[in-house]
Amino acid sequence: MDEFILIFRHPDGGKLVSPEQMQAWMKQTMDWIGGIAAQNKYVSGSGLPFDDARVVHSGNVVTNGPFGDIKETIGGFIVVRATSVEEAVEFAKGSPVLQGEGNTVEVRKIAKDG
Amino acid sequence: MKTQELIPHLFRSEFSKITAVLCKYFGAAHIEVAEDLASETFLLALETWAYKGVPENPTAWLYTVAKNKTKNYLYRNQLFAGKIAPEIKAASTSDEWPEVDLSDESITDSQLQMLFAICHPGISTEAQIGLSLRILCGFGIDEIATAFLTNKETINKRLFRAKEKLRHKNVAIEFPPVSEINNRLEPVLTTLYLLFNEGYYSESQDAVLREDLCVEAMRLTRLLLEHEQTNLPQVNALLALMCFHASRFPARKNETGEIVLYQDQDESLWNQELIAQGSYHLNQAAQGDRISKYHLEATIAYWHTKKDDSPEKWENILQLYNRLLQLEYSPIAALNRTFALSKTKGKEAAVREAEKLQLTGNPYYFVLLGELYTGFNRDLAMTNFQKAQVLAKTQTDRQTIAKKISALKKTEEK
Repeated sequence: MDEFILIFRHPDGGKLVSPEQMQAWMKQTMDWIGGIAAQNKYVSGSGLPFDDARVVHSGNVVTNGPFGDIKETIGGFIVVRATSVEEAVEFAKGSPVLQGEGNTVEVRKIAKDG
Repeated sequence: MKTQELIPHLFRSEFSKITAVLCKYFGAAHIEVAEDLASETFLLALETWAYKGVPENPTAWLYTVAKNKTKNYLYRNQLFAGKIAPEIKAASTSDEWPEVDLSDESITDSQLQMLFAICHPGISTEAQIGLSLRILCGFGIDEIATAFLTNKETINKRLFRAKEKLRHKNVAIEFPPVSEINNRLEPVLTTLYLLFNEGYYSESQDAVLREDLCVEAMRLTRLLLEHEQTNLPQVNALLALMCFHASRFPARKNETGEIVLYQDQDESLWNQELIAQGSYHLNQAAQGDRISKYHLEATIAYWHTKKDDSPEKWENILQLYNRLLQLEYSPIAALNRTFALSKTKGKEAAVREAEKLQLTGNPYYFVLLGELYTGFNRDLAMTNFQKAQVLAKTQTDRQTIAKKISALKKTEEK
């Protein structure tokens, strides 16, 4: 069994949504993750809040947030167990993130130790 | 002369107190000595009281005898005295043996310290539960064997090996340092949790004994709460969980001893006092910033103390299971989560998720599938109940499933 990271990307992380909509997404996300965890395939995961986000550039230049020049941003990730990339992709397809236009879920295999 | 009424379980509870104090006195390497002296004390009580009547203050009588027997043992057993006595004597300022301290405070401290010693990470969980039952709850080998559905030899061997481990690892009977309390508490709570579950879910036919296991698990958890350093949120959460479950004891069995499923229980039989205690401890558990699995399970159990279905109830239960599964996967949590999903999103949505679980060796998995298919696919419901019937391991489960099958058959005839 391999581990895959599912990375949620949004084209514009700064876009404001209504609290009601946020709550609906949150619940959908919790149910989606719960469904994966119920199959004993959930490893870890986290949302990545925009508060206190910094980007460190070469020359130690630090800028606020991933926004501005870069339109696309990462909203969160989860790590799952799967027997193949296809299975991991099936998990990704259920992600509520994909309801947002332009959003993507990137599936990447995690390299094993040794 | 009036005959004194003995309080129920006096021997059992005093045995555990005396044994814990003597274990502390002699050290973890000599648990057998402590057990023997405690047993001899009760044997003398049995022989004396049966003929002369119960003394005015039976507890004080027992403590005096235990103290004297300890003193005699130390004087009589020179070999032992040569090896162990210097250590005991070193703890005393005078040249005399220090008195065995059977004050309330010493009893509580000894029991708590023994609890930590027994739940040493080097000892198997099974053996921890067995030793706890023997040393801390005063259960006899027969009783432990009945509770575990096994024989005396197996339990004796298990306890013997556990005591060997304590001896070899030179486990100290003391409170863990404050900085380690959280780590050391983890296996203690696991053992208490399993001890309670053993009583709550055990297949043993002895209902009284099973309830006793739960009562003992709760008593030891309360002991932790009475001690300042172990009065922690996760301990409160565990006790809350136990209180909520225990509140349903009177409603779980009918007159003939058959299990009554949650949805068929008469909620007027639920013990409201225990539910109130559970709520109190769940509130206490809310202090602190860490959410343990006991917090989540206790909150789920809290929602189950409300019998009426409401969207709020099941939505909360679903989210709690979502989090519990992220924290620690277990098949039973996965099944319960899917059941909660059927209550919030309907049976068809839940079936789709249930089919993914693939817990094909688990009878309860097929019971769940059978329940979910009931109402919209009768054939699949039947197939799944039948699979469950084949896999069922206990008589109680087979009876429950048989009832579901016959109920389903009746719907066909209509």
